[in-house]
Amino acid sequence: MSHIWIICRRELKSYFASPIAYLLMAFFGLIFGFGFFTATRDFVRFSFQAQMMGRSMPMNVNEQVIRPLLGFASTVALFLVPMITMRLFAEEKKTGTIELLMTSPVSDLQIILGKWLASMWLYACILAMSAINVALLFAFGKPDWKPILVGYLGLLLQGGCLLSIGAFISTTTKNQIISGGVTFFVCLLLWLLSWFTAFDTTGAAPVINYLSIVTHFENFGKGVLDSKDVIFYLSMIFFGLFITARSMESLRWRA
Amino acid sequence: MIKVEGLTKRYARTVAVDNISFEVEKGQIVGFLGPNGAGKTTTMRVLTCFLPPTSGSANVAGFDVLENPLEVKKRIGYLPETPPLYTEMEVAEYLTFVGRLKGIAAGDIARRVNEVAERCAIADVKTKLIGKLSKGYRQRVGLAQAIIHNPDVLILDEPTSGLDPKQIIETRELIRSLAGDHTIILSTHILSEVEHSCERVIIISQGKLVAIDSVANLTNRLRGSEAVALEVESPNGGLNPAEVQQRLEQVSGVSRVLAKEGRNGRLSFEVESLQGRHIRPELARAVVGAGWNLNELRPVGLSLEDIFLQLTAAEKKDAAAIAGKGENQ
Ligand SMILES: Nc1ncnc2c1ncn2[C@@H]1O[C@H](COP(=O)(O)OP(=O)(O)OP(=O)(O)O)[C@@H](O)[C@H]1O
Ligand SMILES: [Mg+2]
Repeated sequence: MSHIWIICRRELKSYFASPIAYLLMAFFGLIFGFGFFTATRDFVRFSFQAQMMGRSMPMNVNEQVIRPLLGFASTVALFLVPMITMRLFAEEKKTGTIELLMTSPVSDLQIILGKWLASMWLYACILAMSAINVALLFAFGKPDWKPILVGYLGLLLQGGCLLSIGAFISTTTKNQIISGGVTFFVCLLLWLLSWFTAFDTTGAAPVINYLSIVTHFENFGKGVLDSKDVIFYLSMIFFGLFITARSMESLRWRA
Repeated sequence: MIKVEGLTKRYARTVAVDNISFEVEKGQIVGFLGPNGAGKTTTMRVLTCFLPPTSGSANVAGFDVLENPLEVKKRIGYLPETPPLYTEMEVAEYLTFVGRLKGIAAGDIARRVNEVAERCAIADVKTKLIGKLSKGYRQRVGLAQAIIHNPDVLILDEPTSGLDPKQIIETRELIRSLAGDHTIILSTHILSEVEHSCERVIIISQGKLVAIDSVANLTNRLRGSEAVALEVESPNGGLNPAEVQQRLEQVSGVSRVLAKEGRNGRLSFEVESLQGRHIRPELARAVVGAGWNLNELRPVGLSLEDIFLQLTAAEKKDAAAIAGKGENQ
């Protein structure tokens, strides 16, 4: 356990020693802020109009601001993942530090978990950049906090899956650009698949839909905590870390 | 302490290490010698559990590298060919990280970091970013990293590469001072390095074991004969090379006379002695006695360099024969 923590801490240090962590946080903060601004502006405009016309439309912050925002965040986060995971193993393979880790009295699994947890932590920090906006909602209104919590849990779980897959891809190459590029492509594919299957319910679509990491977020976005989705995400994370471990093992046999 | 039996490591196409067996006893310093691509790094990577052997076995401190890698790793300090450094970390921070990774108790880490920094002469750069260090300093940090947990076995892949002459001497001394408590294998292509720091040498070439012996034995065995460069001139010109050669061959203790290219009527020879014979005085007497001028008489000696080249360039058959001989001794 303590070895995982040692590796995780070093990993976080090198994330925050380079500008990449801050850039990603700033980028996400800005994009989310922009989304938030648009969503609340429309919301305020609608509620004004509703009042002016004397109709009391049921206006709901959760439904009309937070839910679309969470969906938006889940898409943006999809494309942050490659930036986070691309260096995880590729860089250490390139500089040779992997040789230090792999000849130290730690297991491959401890190395992988340490690294994955560090990437999760950075991802969580990036997501936290959106908290200011959500806090504003609480300051000026009374949104229901439970669906928000569920939404963030969904974002973390979805991120966890993609990060574990990104970690796997990073073990397969010495080149960070390739590692990031392939991960980006995989994320893009998942995103596109979720679009296609939304319009198609025949043939393989339900299967793809079930396997798609993105579609499982929908329930979380609605504030619905379904154990099926949680189990799916957890098993995907497990699967991702498992293939990472296998890849590291084959690294020893190949290189 | 280290026992390697029939070790073979094959990459996709190349056989990097081919059926190597050797043993290293506790407290010994062993030099691992071979030209580029001989398989030194590969053997070390197997010993450190970085790569699994294709066949054969390697045993460190009683633990097999395949069956018990964790136990092996606990007892090994390893300096890879390129020091495994995180350039974005400070030196002390990095050493602390490695110390934790190797399982040093939390209370002892700071003390150990200071100790190894002192020993490896990097105390003055402890707060510097590793990325900003020169190559030699990086090498020293790499060495500090390898010894921080006071391991039983030290495996050093070219520990003095990139160091300045003064630092090379200091590092050799450091390595020597570590012997006794630690069993050390170091690889190098520099022969003088082996002469200076090692008790035993393992020479490999193209993945095969060429010789394994103590430094003294190897030097004696191969350096037993003396070689002398000789230049002869006739005072009145017109010297017959064959005649001179014949005269030289008659000197007792001479095993072989090689005629070399001469200049301006002078004749040059290289004369090799029989095992353990001192032939220079006799040679001088013979030349002068024949009425010739002796312009030069200089020992060239078979250097360890020559020996090494001889050994590693030997045909595979010869190599196997010498290896067999080495093992029998
Ligand atoms: N990862 C690899 N994949 C394929 N072949 C390799 C790999 N690493 C080394 N080799 C090959 O194995 C052989 C032995 O290489 P090794 O690095 O062990 O030599 P070395 O004795 O350390 O040489 P040097 O003195 O140059 O460091 C070489 O022919 C090399 O090309
Ligand atoms: Mg090498």
